[in-house]
Amino acid sequence: MNALEVHGVGFAYGARQALCELEFATAVGRFTALLGPNGAGKSTLIALLTRLYDLRQGDIRVLGHSLAREPRQALARLGVVFQQSTLDLDLTVEQNLRYHAALHGLSRRTAAQRIDRELARQDLGERRHARVRELNGGHRRRVEIARALLHDPALLLLDEASTGLDPASRAALGQHVRALTDEGMSVLWTTHLLDEIRPTDEVLVLDRGRLVAQGSAARLSGESSLSDAFTRLTRPETVA
Amino acid sequence: MNNRYWNGLAGIVGREWLRFVQQRSRLLSALVRPLLWLLVFAAGFRAALGIAIIEPYDTYITYETYIVPGLACMILLFNGMQGSLSMVYDREMGSMRVLLTSPLPRAFLLAGKLLATALVSLLQVYAFLSIAWLYGVEPPPLGLVAALPALLLVALMLGALGLLLSNGIRQLENFAGVMNFVIFPMFFLSSALYPLWKMREASEWLYWLCAVNPFSHAVELVRFALYQRLDPLALAVCLGLTLAFGALAVLTFNPQHAAIRRSA
Repeated sequence: MNALEVHGVGFAYGARQALCELEFATAVGRFTALLGPNGAGKSTLIALLTRLYDLRQGDIRVLGHSLAREPRQALARLGVVFQQSTLDLDLTVEQNLRYHAALHGLSRRTAAQRIDRELARQDLGERRHARVRELNGGHRRRVEIARALLHDPALLLLDEASTGLDPASRAALGQHVRALTDEGMSVLWTTHLLDEIRPTDEVLVLDRGRLVAQGSAARLSGESSLSDAFTRLTRPETVA
Repeated sequence: MNNRYWNGLAGIVGREWLRFVQQRSRLLSALVRPLLWLLVFAAGFRAALGIAIIEPYDTYITYETYIVPGLACMILLFNGMQGSLSMVYDREMGSMRVLLTSPLPRAFLLAGKLLATALVSLLQVYAFLSIAWLYGVEPPPLGLVAALPALLLVALMLGALGLLLSNGIRQLENFAGVMNFVIFPMFFLSSALYPLWKMREASEWLYWLCAVNPFSHAVELVRFALYQRLDPLALAVCLGLTLAFGALAVLTFNPQHAAIRRSA
């Protein structure tokens, strides 16, 4: 079984086609990077994967559960970190986590145990009672990851999660998320920053709503750099 | 209700309560508007607008006594619209996504959000009624209890209307215009400030506009309940419109519509 299967997915904003006949799958327990320039359709795909947008063309399966036919089972296995922060700034870290736990149907006791576990894992124990407004960008991202993991998802989606972070926080975030795959978590990481990709990572390249390449970063790069390969795939007209 | 749903509902209501507690200015600003009407406007117009004996009152009443139910509903009207405004804001800023990506049915999530907003509004209404009591507007104590379900129903109806309206809003800025075109006409073209028979003396067509305004029925439902009476027509209208607005709001709620309209 794959962590994520996308079959023939398309989406249009009125007359503008944002995604065309997407077809791919990601393996369980792998870190998969979804690369694409701005406007490639990454955020639209995330909106479809999280059921924020209704799927009108094609099918999406999360751990075998169709998002169209079994949305609750699919969403229960999905953890999401959106590009734009979705934390409530006026609430504390713990209150934000409790809210998410409740929305996923966790009892108070289970929620308390999971919150302790995730805060420890994210090294946020001392920030537990801090208002989110008081946290820096890196800490807020870690709170969002803690929140996304509270309900024990099998697939973690991160949409440009490193945007706005300083280089040290970006590196720490990437390292932290990769470590989750050691525990069996599947990760889909969308970005347009190529320095976040390692040669062993599985890479999907999206351009103007189409999947233009899939494979390991090393294979896609070939003899050149990943940056050159990315330019060749997404802006072939600029390559001599 | 199974535990999953119950925990979800408790979480939505709990969050609304926490936000309310941590934004104390919300209570204050919710009370300022009706208190200005009660303490300044009503006091000034008391002589001109004394009220004859009408149902559900057993005797002549002061103008302050007459407008208190309307002002209580005014709090619910503003909160219902502001609750929807916060949904537009949440939709724009992204925190609505946390709600919508949870594995609970969308209709349940929206109903839970409406209920949470309504419960917080009720606290503000009872704070207002307490101040009105101290000012001398004293409905029967049991009437204050009897009014609770009526106030809850009205809060849900106005919240559902607000949600329905917000579904047609492209972005946050447009909502201010809708508020001016909805809140003020609903409030002034109702029985909140003057009995309908007085309106009829002034203008027949204004009277009919007021008579069909759902807000008039909301005010009368609360007014009768405060005096332990039931207005069956008002109850039927409020119940029916709550279900209709709620169903339409759920059917038309779709975050992708706003994105599609924006990019079109």
